[in-house]
Amino acid sequence: MSGKILKKADAFYDVYERKPGADKLTTHYCPGCGHGTLHKIIAEAIDDFGIKDRTIIISPVGCSVFAYYYFDCGNVQSAHGRAPAVATGLKRANPESIVISYQGDGDIAAIGGNNILQAANRGENITVIFVNNAIYGMTGGQMAPTTLLGQKTMTTPRGRNPHNEGYPLRLSELLSTLESPVYIERVALTDAKNVLKARKAVRKAIKCQIENKGFSMVEALSPCPSGWRATPVEARKWIEEKMMPYFKLGVYKDNTKGKEPYIPPKEEFTTSEIEKIIGIAATKGKEEVRIEPPAARYRNPAIKIAGFGGQGVLLLGEALAEGGMRAGYHVTWLPSYGPEMRGGTANCQVIISDDPIGSPLVSAPDVLIAMNRPSLDRFEPDVKKGGLIIFNSSLIDRRPQRADVEVIAIPATEIADNLGNTRVANMVVLGSYIAKTGILTKEAVISTFPIFIKRRDLIPLNEEAVQKGIDWVEG
Amino acid sequence: MEHVLEEVLPRIEICEEECKGCGLCIHYCPPKVIEASPSLNSHGYHPAHYKGEGCIGCGICFYICPEPGAITVYMKPSKGEKR
Ligand SMILES: Cc1ncc(C[n+]2csc(CCOP(=O)(O)OP(=O)(O)O)c2C)c(N)n1
Ligand code: SF4
Ligand code: SF4
Ligand code: SF4
Ligand SMILES: [Mg+2]
Repeated sequence: MSGKILKKADAFYDVYERKPGADKLTTHYCPGCGHGTLHKIIAEAIDDFGIKDRTIIISPVGCSVFAYYYFDCGNVQSAHGRAPAVATGLKRANPESIVISYQGDGDIAAIGGNNILQAANRGENITVIFVNNAIYGMTGGQMAPTTLLGQKTMTTPRGRNPHNEGYPLRLSELLSTLESPVYIERVALTDAKNVLKARKAVRKAIKCQIENKGFSMVEALSPCPSGWRATPVEARKWIEEKMMPYFKLGVYKDNTKGKEPYIPPKEEFTTSEIEKIIGIAATKGKEEVRIEPPAARYRNPAIKIAGFGGQGVLLLGEALAEGGMRAGYHVTWLPSYGPEMRGGTANCQVIISDDPIGSPLVSAPDVLIAMNRPSLDRFEPDVKKGGLIIFNSSLIDRRPQRADVEVIAIPATEIADNLGNTRVANMVVLGSYIAKTGILTKEAVISTFPIFIKRRDLIPLNEEAVQKGIDWVEG
Repeated sequence: MEHVLEEVLPRIEICEEECKGCGLCIHYCPPKVIEASPSLNSHGYHPAHYKGEGCIGCGICFYICPEPGAITVYMKPSKGEKR
């Protein structure tokens, strides 16, 4: 009966089941917010191009972080500002997908400034929708890089002052100076004419990607009535009167016509190639079957390993975790980097478990391996009651004070020195730990060495060191 | 087929429960055929309400409205288009 019908796009869910609360019919955006308008434009384009099944929308932090409540397509939520990096990975791994990086001005121009710059410069074949509302909307209206001069925000209560905060950043202009980007346009979500121009630009940008032409971005000047303390209609007028004179609308770059499509070659690696690249080929086939489980009190250990930077505590942890993995356990390994790495203490946290591991953090270890005095001083109080402390008695001139834990004192550095290299003290300690607890076999541990020990000629020495540690405990 | 009254086209339909009463459609509708309803919807907004006639099917309210499902526009079949 009727002609064309403009209605809710198929690319939106009928009911927003992912949205918490009772109301699953409306978006979480404030009345009159530009995000909704843009969502509709994108959803309509997804419908019209028939790409719903291969579109992935990335929503980093900002008011649009919950875009995945609404779009019935692939959705990935990313860390603040990192959407272009995530988009890069998704697109390169799945060249067939249509990847849309949907970012606010705080996200793209502040915390993620370098991310977008590099993605644009690499000419990633992705589409960026940049929602410029001159403010941090989500967090209550702080200044963004795009905040106008004189504009009052929570963090510029007297108005943005160029001597203090610099000038509003024109990202479209900036990225247009790069060689790679193919299409960049700035539009405004104001009246019907401009909204329809925005619609056209978004479609063109997505088409640019579908046709494998390369990087496209649409910057939309977008109303934030809440952040601007304006009514929805006033907010649109404010864009026209205040934003548009500074952020001029228009096409900043358009090479879509002449540009040849580029489809990256398929780079598929065989399993053996990958094993070779990451260095596990040498050890393949030596996988351990899990031996008899260790005594109950040594099972599922959360381990803290600490010492001077250079004492090989990270390596000790890696060998334990990798060995545990080969023995069929769930494992995590978490190094602690930081200023401490330089000369101070370094530490890592390892969990070896029968069950999947929720968090790799070890705040109360079952096992503390202390390679030097500061490590023992710092972590001794954290060890669980009934736990185990192994300490390097060559360098630690006191015993642990705790009476409620098991203790192994081992002069690891001296033992290593007698082997001809103090640096294998870590492996001596490792040997003592597996001998004491039975958590892993010597074979499981040393089968991992080819991965971690770059100098192959040092592997026998490390194996010997492990044996010395075992002998110390069993001896 | 059951006999139905000839539909008046173009026209719009507003889903009151999806409307946030932002007033943008009211402001930007060229013939001004949308108004704010005096009643409140369950979210506490005065939803937009079609006056019932005068729509020219321009589609502006649809694209200006931020809510995905609040407004549906039924256009007239264009010449040559199958009824
Ligand atoms: C790493 C990190 N830093 C800071 C924040 C706090 N934060 C949340 S949203 C936001 C600003 C978002 O502004 P914008 O990208 O402009 O999006 P809008 O909400 O305006 O659409 C900030 C700083 C965060 N979530 N994560
Ligand atoms: S704070 Fe601003 S950007 Fe965020 S939903 Fe509200 S109007 Fe939209
Ligand atoms: S389609 Fe156009 S004329 Fe009809 S109600 Fe919407 S804005 Fe008004
Ligand atoms: S534009 Fe949409 S949300 Fe705003 S009043 Fe009209 S129908 Fe309601
Ligand atoms: Mg913003």
